[in-house]
Amino acid sequence: MPTQKTVAATGNTVVAEAMRQCAPDVVAAYPITPQTTIVEEFAAFVAKGRVHTEYVTVESEHSAMSACVGASAAGARVMTATSSQGLALMWEELHIAAGMRLPIVMANANRALSAPINIHCDHSDIMGARDTGWVMLFAETAQEAYDNTIMAVRVAENDDVLLPVMSTLDGFITTHSIDRVELMDDESVSAFVGEYVPKYPLLDLENPVTHGSFAGLDGPFFEFKKAQREAIERSRKVINDVGAEFSKLSGRPFGMIETWGMEDAEVAIIVLGSTAGNVRHVARGLRDAGMKAGVVKVRCFRPFPFAEIAEALLGVKAVAVMDRAESFGAEGGPLFLEVRSALYDSSERMPVIDYIYGLGGSDVKLELIESVYKDLTDIASGVEAPAGLVYLGTR
Amino acid sequence: MANLKELTHREDRLEGGHRLCAGCGASIAVRQVLLGAGLEPVVVGCATGCLEVSTTIYPYSAWKTPFIHNAFENAAATVSGVEAAFKGLKAAGKIPADKRVKFVAFGGDGGTYDIGLQSLSGAMERGHDMVYVCYDNGAYMNTGIQRSSATPKGAWATTAQVGAAQQGKQQRRKDLTAIMAAHNIPYVAQASISHWKDLTNKAEKAFAVQGPAFINVFAPCPRGWRIPYNKTVEIAKSAVQTGFWPLFEVEDGVWRQTVRVVNRKPIEEFLKPQGRFKHLFAPGNEALLAEMQSDVDHQWDALQSRFNCS
Repeated sequence: MPTQKTVAATGNTVVAEAMRQCAPDVVAAYPITPQTTIVEEFAAFVAKGRVHTEYVTVESEHSAMSACVGASAAGARVMTATSSQGLALMWEELHIAAGMRLPIVMANANRALSAPINIHCDHSDIMGARDTGWVMLFAETAQEAYDNTIMAVRVAENDDVLLPVMSTLDGFITTHSIDRVELMDDESVSAFVGEYVPKYPLLDLENPVTHGSFAGLDGPFFEFKKAQREAIERSRKVINDVGAEFSKLSGRPFGMIETWGMEDAEVAIIVLGSTAGNVRHVARGLRDAGMKAGVVKVRCFRPFPFAEIAEALLGVKAVAVMDRAESFGAEGGPLFLEVRSALYDSSERMPVIDYIYGLGGSDVKLELIESVYKDLTDIASGVEAPAGLVYLGTR
Repeated sequence: MANLKELTHREDRLEGGHRLCAGCGASIAVRQVLLGAGLEPVVVGCATGCLEVSTTIYPYSAWKTPFIHNAFENAAATVSGVEAAFKGLKAAGKIPADKRVKFVAFGGDGGTYDIGLQSLSGAMERGHDMVYVCYDNGAYMNTGIQRSSATPKGAWATTAQVGAAQQGKQQRRKDLTAIMAAHNIPYVAQASISHWKDLTNKAEKAFAVQGPAFINVFAPCPRGWRIPYNKTVEIAKSAVQTGFWPLFEVEDGVWRQTVRVVNRKPIEEFLKPQGRFKHLFAPGNEALLAEMQSDVDHQWDALQSRFNCS
């Protein structure tokens, strides 16, 4: 069993710590609020000689991910971090990293996208990347951000996967709040992640390979994409296996979803990221008052845990999805669309209401969450559900 | 510097059988530059463009050396990542500390002067041990001869057309070589495929320096310039002889002319054989021609004063 040390630290500090412990050969990163302290603290590890990492201080996020692609193809273990506009600027490269099957691990401090400019938390940046082919993990707490970052390396580098992985944490709420975190000792993390053995590294000079070929009209482009789909499907088992192994080491459970009170829940909220804690807190209070309230927290958004969610919702009479991102013109936010789709094949289809909340860091007060549970209780007892999505707490 | 006999014994790292056009200047530039790398291993990166699409059609590859293509605007950033991996893996003890590898990125003028300028500038400023080579054919040839900031003023391009209201490209070209010299990197050079010895010498120097080096290679495109495929080298030579494309290097900040042009020829000699300048010789465009000559004269004089100051 590893030695664990309890610290009071921000999410960004423990992500930087996890990166150091995973010992990447290359980090290429560009600063952006609220990711900045990750790259600053990592730069301090480099300056103090605590990591062997070659740290590339690129001139933009596009170049950050471009350099990560080059370094990963060369055969290095590669990590980086970004947020918001930075992630948006990387968009082209996110597809390329996944298409070239490069196991890059990136932390993302979830933040709103302009315009108007806003530096605070929502999921519009990360949801814009949901179809880029990356595995996407969400953290509720600094602890989960730390754990996910370490697990991400194992998932990405697994031969059955070989896909890049994003380990996301909510901007400011998780990146900058001081939280209680248990850190594993360096040796245990090092043994857990193991050594990366690349398959076709550019730097194997005796066996020269060509990376980034042209696969045009007659080329196997279509087949490459199918192989990517198969890889992300295979990642489900790998994520669960790696999670189980990590749980044994850390004593902290991991699943693609985490449920609370769902055994007999009549109303449930599905949520991603830091808001899950507040939702659980409210649900606990309501349970004490007699409401059968439940919570489903989604820890892995790509691949999406369809079966797990459909199963968790069996017996529930009304469900609210809390979306911290828009999908303008769609029937609801990104999480809502996935959840409703997951329910299509389920034996039970209950009313599902989409609540758009917290955009640009706007406060999600406990009373607002309570009002959602009250809406659900009304709907469960026959009151008509609202038509279309609900903006929660706008002035 | 290797002599011709020695160069003939070096292996071509870009193999024949690729699908570049007959007479393509880019492949000549690449082969000459890679000869300058000597016998040491070379990892090649390439921006999206003719060179990349024509040499790496899956499942084939014309590259007998490790090769990576990422996207259009980021060849410099990509190769900087490869070079960083080499250092990081050395630090991890996975690559022997005394192992030597050369890193080179190729991009056309579109991928270098325009969309890739930021990535190039960043990589050069960071001091990666890499060579960046621009093969300058003065337009976006891969997508069909659209103007770039390397396209000469007055040239026809598919996005700088010739008509009653406009005679080709309206703006002067960017002096990228001088911009790269302003990065104060150890080695910057301007070369041409027509002067193979000068080019391979420059490539040798670029590969030999510790840190970043940049070479801007003049590489005509028969399709885009509307010239016969067997005139590539001749036209490139004429660019040098008319002073349109002076050959020089900037070594640790010292500017030096590497090929002297004793009797500089009139710019018409470079322009006339090219279909993209045909309209300049139509009646009424005499002033445009005169302006092009005066621009070349001005550029020439400015360069001479840089050589004299150095």
